[in-house]
Amino acid sequence: MTWDLNNDRPIYAQIVEKIEMQIVSGYYKPGDKLPSVRELAAEAGVNPNTMQKAFGELERSELIVTQRTSGRVVTEDGALIQNIKADIAKEQIKIFFDKMKELGFEVEETMALIESAAKEVL
Amino acid sequence: MNALVECRGLTKSYDKFFPAVLDLNITIERGHIIGLLGPNGSGKTTFIKMLNGLLTPTEGEILINGMVPGVETKKIVSYLPERTYLSAQKTVEDMVNFFRDFYEDFKEERAYAMLSSLGINPKSKLKTLSKGTKEKVQLILVMSRDAQLYVLDEPIAGVDPAARDYILRTIITNYNPDATLIICTHLISDIENILDEVIFIKNGQLAVQSTVEEIREKNGKSVDAYFREVFAC
Repeated sequence: MTWDLNNDRPIYAQIVEKIEMQIVSGYYKPGDKLPSVRELAAEAGVNPNTMQKAFGELERSELIVTQRTSGRVVTEDGALIQNIKADIAKEQIKIFFDKMKELGFEVEETMALIESAAKEVL
Repeated sequence: MNALVECRGLTKSYDKFFPAVLDLNITIERGHIIGLLGPNGSGKTTFIKMLNGLLTPTEGEILINGMVPGVETKKIVSYLPERTYLSAQKTVEDMVNFFRDFYEDFKEERAYAMLSSLGINPKSKLKTLSKGTKEKVQLILVMSRDAQLYVLDEPIAGVDPAARDYILRTIITNYNPDATLIICTHLISDIENILDEVIFIKNGQLAVQSTVEEIREKNGKSVDAYFREVFAC
């Protein structure tokens, strides 16, 4: 996986999003052990302190859990993962609607466009 | 524990009209990767030379671990100067031996591991190597010490982008979490993701000292873009 960090936002926030994405998409499964801060920092090409800060954030949201014996693992709370997945989906939809509004489409028009686009894909 | 580097009123004048560094007050903590940034002629290299005891301050003081730069601080500071000082007639292996004899904290295995990852033959004479390869050798030697402070003056300028990535990764994985790294460079966008903190120097004075994340949060732009704004010509 490539990290593709962009330049204008804090790095730790982008890392939090990437790891959230890896968890909700199933790249890391519930109970999976995560690589060490250093390994991930080297992979992403970021400062280890930044990676540490991102992990702190993910621990606060309880998406990852520190266990004394096995290090950091992904939460086994499936409902929590689903909630975060739903939040990310809502956020993406909001971005899309905002963009369509900028283009001058009302919500109903956008919905109609989505339906016809979906038919073409299927 | 006291700060690793402490400068108070640090001033260096080469002549009485234009001080290269003027009344610089900087505190540098342990365990950070710091970018020392500034336009040409802003006093970065003068500051670095004072840090390494190659120049003495005209006024003020600079302390490393509470000590004035000298023999004792050289044991804990690993310095990559902007120009090479390695002897062209010698082989890479000779230089590794030289560093091993000279510095107690030099880790020979680490140097050979990095040389082999970058495909550099230890038997090669330095004069047969390209400019970029010579820079890599020198950086490997400097990073193979277990120092408390690494000072790298333009470490990646002549190195190709793939090797740059390798070098930055090596820096992240190898350095001791209590050590501090000061990197002086113009290639800000290449290194800004690995920095904790940046120090901007303007006309020999401190212009900005801030964490990278603060700059991005407050200004909504990268350190590279912020630098271009602060130092716009």
